[in-house]
Amino acid sequence: MATTTSTPRVPDAPPGPEGLKQGLSRGPDRAFKMLAGGSSAVVVALVVIVGVYLISKAWPSLAANGASFLTSREWSVADPDALRFGIAPLLWVTVISSVVAMAIAVPVAIGVALYLTHYAPPRVAKPFAYLVDLLAAVPSIVFGLWGARVLMPYVQPFQDALKSAFGWFPLFAPTAVQAGTIFLASIVLAIMILPIITALSREVFRQTPVGHMEAALALGATRWEMIRTAVLPFGRPGVVSAAMLGLGRALGETIAVTIILSTTTGAFSWSLFFGGETFASKIANAASEFDSPSKTGAYIAAGLVLFLLTFAVNAIARVIIDRRKGFTE
Amino acid sequence: MSATSLTPSLAAADPGDASPGDELRTLNGGGSGSRRVKDRIATVVMHLAFLVAVIPLVWILWTVVSQGYHMLLESTWWTNSQRGVTVRDFGGGAYHAMAGTVMQAAVTALISVPLGVFTAIYLVEYGRGRLARAVSFMVDILTGIPSIVAALTVYALWISTFGFSRVGFAVSLSLVLLMVPTIVRSTEEMLKLVPNELREASYALGVPKWKTIVKIVLPTAFSGIITGVLLGLARVMGETAPLLILGPYTKSINMDLFNGNMASLPTMINQDRTEFLDAAVQRTWGAALTLILIVMALNIAGRAIGHFSKVKS
Repeated sequence: MATTTSTPRVPDAPPGPEGLKQGLSRGPDRAFKMLAGGSSAVVVALVVIVGVYLISKAWPSLAANGASFLTSREWSVADPDALRFGIAPLLWVTVISSVVAMAIAVPVAIGVALYLTHYAPPRVAKPFAYLVDLLAAVPSIVFGLWGARVLMPYVQPFQDALKSAFGWFPLFAPTAVQAGTIFLASIVLAIMILPIITALSREVFRQTPVGHMEAALALGATRWEMIRTAVLPFGRPGVVSAAMLGLGRALGETIAVTIILSTTTGAFSWSLFFGGETFASKIANAASEFDSPSKTGAYIAAGLVLFLLTFAVNAIARVIIDRRKGFTE
Repeated sequence: MSATSLTPSLAAADPGDASPGDELRTLNGGGSGSRRVKDRIATVVMHLAFLVAVIPLVWILWTVVSQGYHMLLESTWWTNSQRGVTVRDFGGGAYHAMAGTVMQAAVTALISVPLGVFTAIYLVEYGRGRLARAVSFMVDILTGIPSIVAALTVYALWISTFGFSRVGFAVSLSLVLLMVPTIVRSTEEMLKLVPNELREASYALGVPKWKTIVKIVLPTAFSGIITGVLLGLARVMGETAPLLILGPYTKSINMDLFNGNMASLPTMINQDRTEFLDAAVQRTWGAALTLILIVMALNIAGRAIGHFSKVKS
C-alpha cells in the first residue's frame, strides 16, 4: 500500500564558506534536480494527456448523440449520422457485478486476514500469506478462462436453486440466459479481488496496538471478544479502504468479465442471472471494429465514465486512509 | 488448534514483556458458557473463511497446470510459432507469443523505470509543498486508471490522432501508463526508508546533493527498487485489455515493435478461448500456464530480492 507519510526532511546541503563553494560545481546538482523535476512533469503530463484525449475524442460523438447518454438503453453507433447510444445498462451491470463481488469478497477477506494474523500458528500463516500474495499475480485472463470453462457448471445448479427459491425478487428473477450470468462474473471477480483485500486488511490488523489487545484480554475477553473490541475497530478504516480499492479493481476489470458474460439482446432485466456488458467488456468486445471516429468516440465516452467511476471510488478509499492517519500517528 | 486457556489474571500479571503475537495467541479468556461458544464459533468461521479463500485459488492453479503442462514438455513449444497451424492441428509453439510479451514488457520497463524512479526521487528528495502534493495526486490518479482506459487513451493518441497502426510499441505505451505509478510508489517507499543519517553524513563531507542521491541513497535502496520494478513488470505482463485494443494477434514471429501485428501470450490465450476442439483447448491452457510461470518467476524473484536484502532502517 502506498502510504504518503512524509519523512523528516533533511535540509539541503548547507551552503559552505565562499571558498568551499567554489570547489563544488553547482551545475550537475541543478541538472539532476531538473531531471527529477522533469520526470515529475512528464507524469503530470501523462494524466493531462489521458484526460484531454479522452474528452476531445468523446466530445463530438456525445454532441451528435440522439439519445440520452446517461439514461438510454440503446447502442447504435454504426451510422455516424444517426448516433444513438446510452450507458444505462452498462452502468447497471458494471456496478451491480462489482458490488456483489465486493459483498462476497470482503467478509471472506476479513476472515482470512484475521485467521492469518490471530488464529493460524506463524508456521502456517507465513507460507499461506505468501501464497495469497502470489495469487494476486495470476493474470486476469486465466481467471476468466477458468470461470467460463471450469467453474460455470458448478455454479449453475446453485443459480437454479436461487432462481426457484427467490425468483419473486427482481434481482433473482429467472431469465433466458443460462451460462454467462452477472452472478458468475461476480463470483469470479470476488475471487480476483480477494487477494488484494486480504493483503491490505492483514496489514492493518497486524498494526493493532498490542496494548489494546492486552487490555481486552486482561479484562477477561475471549479471543473473539478481543478481536471484536480491539482489532476490528482499529482496522475498520483500513478494511473499508481496502474494500474500495478492491471495488475499483472490479469495476475496471476487462477480460475476465468479457470472457464470462453472455451478451444479451431483447428485453432488459434487473436480474443477477441476466447477461449483459460492463463498460470495460463493451469496449473490449468492440475492440476490432473501431473504424469511424464517431463510433470510437462513443466507446471512448463509455471509457470516460468508467474512469470517473473508478477515480471516485479510489478517491474515497484514499480519503479514508488519510483521515485514519490523522489520529494514529 | 489446542487452546491452552491461561487465566486472564495471569495474563494481566505481566502485560509488558509478552511478545505480541505468540503470547496473545494462546490466551483464551474464560467466562460464561455462551461467550465461550461464541468464541468457538468465531474460530470455526475464521478457519472456514480461510478454506473458502484457498479452494478456488488452488483450484485455478491446479486446472492450469494439469491441463497445460504437457504442452510445455514439447521442445517445439519453446522454439516454434503457430504459423501454418490451424485450430484443428495439435502442437505448434508459443515462441512468437513469448517473444512478443517479453519484448513489449522490456520496452515498457525501459521507459517506465527511469520515469518512475526520477519522479520518486523528486517526491522524496526535492519536492515540497503544493507542487509535490500535486505530483503525488497525479500519481494517485494514474494508479487508479483501468487498463482498458489506458488502452483507449493510447488508441486516441496513436491511432486516431497520429494515424499510426496497431503495433507492439503502442501496447508498450499503454502499459507505461499502468507501470509508472507502481514504480513511483514502490521506489518512494524505499527511498523513505533510507536513514537520514546517511544523507547528513554525506553532506557533512561536502558531497553535493546529486552525488549523495546517486552514490548513497539509490544504492542503499537498490534492492527494494528492483523488487518494485519486478512486481510492476509482473503486473503489466498479465494485462490483456490493452492488447485487445492495440495489439492484434498473429501466428507468426514478429520482432519488429513498429511494424505489423505482434503476438503475445494473453492474445494467444484469447485467440482460441471460444474453441472447444481439443487442439485449441490444449494450446489455450498451455499459453496460460506459460504466462503464469513467467509472471510468477518475476514475482518470486522480486520478493526474494526484497526479502534477502532489506534496507536497514
